[in-house]
Amino acid sequence: MNLIGRLSQEQIVFGLAVLLCLAFTIFVPGFLTTNNLVILVRSVSILGILGVAMGIVVIGRGIDLSLVAVMAISVAWSLQLVSGGMPLAQALIFGLAFSILIGVINGVFIAYVEVPAIFATLAMGTAIYGFGRYFLFDLDVIYFTSDADSLLWLGEGTVLGLPAPIIMFIGVCIAAHLFLKFTKNGSFLRAVGDNAAAARITGVPVRPIIILQYMISASIGFLAGCVTAASVASMNTRVAHSTFVYDVILVVVLGGIGLSGGRGGVRNVVVGTLLIGVLINGMTILNIQYTVQNVIKGVILLLAIVIDTLLNPRDEQTAQQGDI
Amino acid sequence: MRFLKRAALTALVAFGGTMAAADGIDDPARASYYDAFKGKKVAYVPVAMGFDLTEGWAMGLREALEPLGVEFDIRDPNWSTSAGAQAITSLISEKPDVLVVHNPDVQSYARLLKKAEAAGIYVVQVNMRSSYSTDAFIGADYVGMGEQIGARLVEKCSPANGGSGKIAITQGVLTAAASAYQMKGISNVLAKHPEIQLVSNQAADWDSTKARNIAATVIQQHPDLCAIAGFWDVMDVGTSAAIKESGQDVYLLTQGGGNKTACDGLKKGTYSEVVVYHVPGQARDMANVIKQLLQAQPEPGAIKSALFTPLQFLTKDNITEDSCWSLPGQQ
Repeated sequence: MNLIGRLSQEQIVFGLAVLLCLAFTIFVPGFLTTNNLVILVRSVSILGILGVAMGIVVIGRGIDLSLVAVMAISVAWSLQLVSGGMPLAQALIFGLAFSILIGVINGVFIAYVEVPAIFATLAMGTAIYGFGRYFLFDLDVIYFTSDADSLLWLGEGTVLGLPAPIIMFIGVCIAAHLFLKFTKNGSFLRAVGDNAAAARITGVPVRPIIILQYMISASIGFLAGCVTAASVASMNTRVAHSTFVYDVILVVVLGGIGLSGGRGGVRNVVVGTLLIGVLINGMTILNIQYTVQNVIKGVILLLAIVIDTLLNPRDEQTAQQGDI
Repeated sequence: MRFLKRAALTALVAFGGTMAAADGIDDPARASYYDAFKGKKVAYVPVAMGFDLTEGWAMGLREALEPLGVEFDIRDPNWSTSAGAQAITSLISEKPDVLVVHNPDVQSYARLLKKAEAAGIYVVQVNMRSSYSTDAFIGADYVGMGEQIGARLVEKCSPANGGSGKIAITQGVLTAAASAYQMKGISNVLAKHPEIQLVSNQAADWDSTKARNIAATVIQQHPDLCAIAGFWDVMDVGTSAAIKESGQDVYLLTQGGGNKTACDGLKKGTYSEVVVYHVPGQARDMANVIKQLLQAQPEPGAIKSALFTPLQFLTKDNITEDSCWSLPGQQ
């Protein structure tokens, strides 16, 4: 019991993913093949990229509910500009600048106006979607025009047999890991997440760091949006209104990054993403209906959280104020 | 004297008569036609605005009705069934003359539509019908469409014709009329063809990213997959991307309102075949039914009629310049 008791949530979830893999390997013919594993990771790589963005914000003890809306609207606007005749590079710079601007506004509201992150970003997500639909473009789905075709590589290209979205996922993971472990701002971010008051006393520029974390998440969101759009040669802005952002939070929390901040790293996001990927892939191969898939997904997630709570019970020392 | 008078009168009448013929004769039914539309209100509640089908219908209805003095009002619930139900509820009390409804599924609005008819509003349903039939339905006969698509899949994929016999289906939202009725039609055909194996039947919720992931996994499991039937061209952009990435030769049979993107998709090889229910045609049908209801003024709910839209099976080889239509500003 002591040995099990020392397992972290990350290890439990990883164990669950391995168990599921074993079960699918035994019961589902063709699950454990290189091709299927590549498809598995590919199908969750966008979720993973967004998970890294969300992870960084959550480690800084925030949350970014506008992430998916920013991703959809900024990329859709870029595509709209391209179809209006603007060169691709310029349109992408505009889109990226737009998303960073939203990140800054989020950060200012949270750091200086001191609106709780959950409300500021929730409102921002809705506002951005409405702004985009009313001022930037008319249709729900923005298609690629031929001038944007070079961007398609992000969705369809391969490097050494690995699809580009997986490469992007790996790239974002490495960059985020290096940022969190080896840069000054990375350590500051963790300090702010762990204890903002103590960080301030020690001289950490708390408010600029908060703005920085939302800028980072918005830029990664833009990148994830480019990969999404390139994968299906169009950007469906309706995703801003879907429950996708909760899937992203789920990946983060499931992997073991506590919503109370200051804990966890990129590895947690990877583990959470893999569990979701294994689940979805195996169930699709088994031809389980999408609605039933949702039920099974929910039950397994609950199970993971219950096991974690039983093995690592909360007490006055581990619980923090503001813990959701 | 009397004779002279009569002669003068005859001459006058004859003269007047020729005058009238030279200036044309007024159509006695004309004024009543225009009077029937003066100050009338038509409200339109689609699943959401912002995509080819609903924008196309709105454009067609507006062009047909507004010049007649009909007020055309759009309530956009933006994919939320509860917002749609609220819009219909408030419209029932505002009492427009005609309500045009695009149902997100077969159940949600059924009671409300009944209530609207009871309140004296004509209810016209478009493309996805509710389980409750109202004054008019304009749209594809989805069961029949499913049967035709099923037959097409058998023709393409039957081992007798050199196919592998394996097919997959990507539905939209399971409870939408377009999915549920169509699946019934396809099942009718497949039941008679045991040589066709349905290896995957999934719902992608009208979402291209979901459709892509489903298709990628299915093709990986069944590299000899012969065809995928998708239920909407906008969603099946994702299916197509998965097929392209796999490098396999899979026949993609999809469907939609015949917007320019569908024809472009056929030319570029995104889709192999698109079943088209022509949206401007549907808009015209709707406008005509509305005009007829407003002129004849039957009791709302007294007549239950349906106009099934004729279907076209478009491939790269049979599209012409005017097979598809475009929205204003669409390139």
